[in-house]
This record gives sequence, C-alpha cells and structure tokens, in this order.
Amino acid sequence: MRLTRASGLGLGVAMLWFSLLVLIPLAAVVATAAAGGWDGFWQAVTNEQTAAAIRLTVGTALLVTVVNVVMGTLIAWVLVRDRFPGQRALEVLIDVPFALPTIVAGLVLLSLYGPDSPLGVDIANTRAAVFLAFLFVTLPFVVRTVQPVLAELDREVEEAAASLGASRLTTFRRIILPALAPAIAAGAALSFARGVSEYGSLVLLSGNLPRRTEVTSVRILSSIENDNLDNAAAVATVLLAVSFAVIVALDVIQRRVGRRG
Amino acid sequence: MASRRPRTRGRGRWVARAVVTAYLVLLVAWPLWLVAQHTFDGGLENLRGILDDPDVAHALRLTVGVAIVSVVLNTVFGVGISLLIVRYRFPGRRLLNALLDVPLSVSPIVVGLALVLVYGGRSGWFGPGLEDAGLQVIFATPGIVLATTFVALPLVIREVVPVLEEIGTEQEQAAQSLGATAGQTFRRITLPAIKWGVTYGVVLSLARSLGEFGAVKVVSGNVLGQTRTATLVVEEKYLNFDQGGAYATAFLLALVAVACIVVVSIIRPKEEPR
Repeated sequence: MRLTRASGLGLGVAMLWFSLLVLIPLAAVVATAAAGGWDGFWQAVTNEQTAAAIRLTVGTALLVTVVNVVMGTLIAWVLVRDRFPGQRALEVLIDVPFALPTIVAGLVLLSLYGPDSPLGVDIANTRAAVFLAFLFVTLPFVVRTVQPVLAELDREVEEAAASLGASRLTTFRRIILPALAPAIAAGAALSFARGVSEYGSLVLLSGNLPRRTEVTSVRILSSIENDNLDNAAAVATVLLAVSFAVIVALDVIQRRVGRRG
Repeated sequence: MASRRPRTRGRGRWVARAVVTAYLVLLVAWPLWLVAQHTFDGGLENLRGILDDPDVAHALRLTVGVAIVSVVLNTVFGVGISLLIVRYRFPGRRLLNALLDVPLSVSPIVVGLALVLVYGGRSGWFGPGLEDAGLQVIFATPGIVLATTFVALPLVIREVVPVLEEIGTEQEQAAQSLGATAGQTFRRITLPAIKWGVTYGVVLSLARSLGEFGAVKVVSGNVLGQTRTATLVVEEKYLNFDQGGAYATAFLLALVAVACIVVVSIIRPKEEPR
C-alpha cells in the first residue's frame, strides 16, 4: 500500500520519536568522536589500557560465539527432535538470561563460581569470569534462531538420504547443516554483538582489573566518570561499528533466506 | 550396519540429553537456585530488611513506574511502526527495518553516553535548552525513562512484525470494502489477530525494562532515594558488603524475570493452531 495522509502523519511522528530517542543520540556519539579528529580518535583507541580491553572483549566474544554455535545447535536439536520429561523446564531456562537483569546475572554466577562456590571453583576476578558471563548472557541467541528452522525442516529428505545409504554423519553434513547454516550464522552474529556490548554481568564478577579483566564497556564508563566524554565517544564508536557490522550481516543473511521483508 | 543404527542413535540421544541438561543446569539453573537459597538463609529476614528500607522501597517504586511508562511508549510505537513497515511501501523502509534492531546490539554504556551527549544539562546538544525550559533529563527521571525505552525498543516490533506478515491483508481489505473505517478495521480485525504477539512483546519489554542496569547507571546519577533504581540497589548493597540485601533485591528481580518467561512460555503454544 502507498502511504495515505493519516499513515504518512503516523510515520512522521514515529520517525521523530525514533530520531530523538535513538538516531540523534547515536549520531552524537560518532560526531563527538569525529570532532577530536583522526589523531585524537586513534590515540584514544590505541591507548594501551583501552586496546587491551578491546582485545579482551572481541577475543572473548569470538570464543563464546564458537561455543554457542556448537552448544546452541545441540540444544536446539535436543529441544526439537527429542521428547523427555522436564523439557519444558529446559525451554524456560534458555530464556532466563534474556530476561534476567544483567547485574543479577553477575550475582547469580558469582554464587556458583565465586569465593563461596559449593563446587570449589572460584574464578571471580579472572578472565574465565568474563568468558562465563558472556556465555551466560548470549545463551538464548543461537538456540532461538535455530529452533524454528529445525522444527520446520522436512524429515522426509533426511529419511530419503538415509534410505539411499547415506550415513548419519553424511545426512547431517549434506542435508541438515546447509539448511540450518543461515539460522546458525544469524544466531552467531547476535551472540557476538551481545557479548561485545556486555557490561552489567561483569560488574560484580570480573573485578574490572585494568589490562586483565576490564572490558570495553567498562573503559567507556570510566572515561564518562572522569568527565572525558571525547575519549568515551571515540571508544564507543568502535563498539557502534561492531554493532553496525552485525546488523548489516544479519540483513544480508535474512535477505538471502528471504524471511523478514 | 543397519541393525546397529538404532542402538547408536539411542545412545547418542541419551548423551545429547545429558550434555544439554548438564550445561543448562551448571550455567543457569544451579546458580539461580543458589541466589534463592542465599536470600532465605536467615528465614525471611533479608527480604523483610529490604522491604522495610525506605530507600529500597523508593527504588522499587521508581523501577516499576519507569518500566510501565517505557512499556506503554514502546507498545504504542512498536505496534504503529510494525503496521507501517509491513503494510506500507515507502522509500527507506528497508533501512528503517534494519535500524529498528540497533538498540538490541548497542552496549548499555554506549546508550547512556549517547543520551548524555544529547540531553546532558551542561554540554549536551539539546540539554541546556531543555534545562532553560525547566526540564532536566539527565540525572533525573526522564533520563531513566529514555534509557529504559531505548534498550527495550525492538522487542514489541520483533514479535508483531512476523504475525502481521503472516495474517496478510485479505480480511482487512474485506472489512474496508464493506465500509469499515480505518479505526474499525484496526480494532475489529487487526488487533485481535496480533494480540498474542503484542502480549509477548509487552511481557518481554517489561522484563527488560525492570532489569536495565548499565544505561540507567550512566544517565541516572544514582542518587539515593531519588534516581536509584532496583538494579543499582543490588550493586550498591553488594559493594557495601550487605550481601543479604543484595541477594534479596536480586531475588525479587529474578522472580519477576522468571515469571515473565513462564507467562510467555505458557501462552505461546496457544497461538500455533491458528
């Protein structure tokens, strides 16, 4: 449908609100970073402590994404293809990290993997804690993107492959994996973006030790608290670039699969 | 070979079940259970302690109030923009569709910074002007509302858009050809069709809004009894060695979050036999 007068007005109001809330503020981050010139930007980003934080954040997020691709696909598989008592409870557990406040997530993880751990595993204030926190908050993404695709997959094709003598591994590699690949990729992109931008769950868990467990978001926050907004904006622009790259990647994936218009 | 296959499949299935269950128990269920356990370590004392604390009570009221305002804003905006994106064709539609997902992948700290740069009272783009007009945004409640609304913005849209795409336009066109106005068509045809999608979106937005931490921390100023929200109380209590208070507040927040998830998982299957 073409826009009518009423819907055009609605679009205008919606765009005004969206601009005031999201677009103009995000543009202000990039504009503030740009106002310092390339040298200022480069200096802020390559500052030893900041660079270490960016390396830790991106490296850990990549590692977590790899784990999520494997575990997320396996979890989705078990939830779709298997039936056993207690499955509904597992379904609920998957979504918990999405709804749980991040600061609570940090406290929750600290109770099992902190100083008072009943397991005797104390990883508080180490890099393993950063990994664990990322793993927790990114849990739902691959599972929830793969699950619906797996549920709609035609099992007759698999049975045909098997009846033609294909082994289970070949069926998985040649039939199932290609069908799931776009969903896995989309889930991986989302979980990477979520990991890179994580803050709240690390506050109590990782100790934010400079050059060891300090992530990029924490660096930006300390710049804000020191009233160095230019520096904060420069580092924030790096994170925004990562988010934007993920959005573009998702759009390309979705267009190839042709799901959302 | 053929006779062995069912057995390996059976064994593989059990291994997969065990691995998945152990992973989810170690990562989510057990830690969550421990927080509940810590909360009730000394009976109801921890919970009573925070509920009797006027500052915590204020923080809880502020959190709920802000969450309600932001859910209403995001529901109205979300349903409206979903209708526009699915039903109408206009230049920039695809770009807008992609941009609407941006808040999901932006770091909460960057959200806070972005809002400070525009609405900050001292050096923001619009902040000084707004303050002259008597409206303080940053370090005040409006800033908390903006931050909370920002982070939860895409949730309603992501639930409503697929439903709108699936139901198509035939019924709406039929209603219109029979003389229904746009308002009647929306109320009688479109709204009943998307009501479950809207409901999940609202529940998810509510959970997200109650729990926002990083963005609120930057824009709120964290003033005791004024702009301190529930999630900020958890941090404050824990860092001040009041672990009982921190666990009790975290328990309340976790309880609401899990309740939201359970509600969604209960109503979701009802939609399938459409």
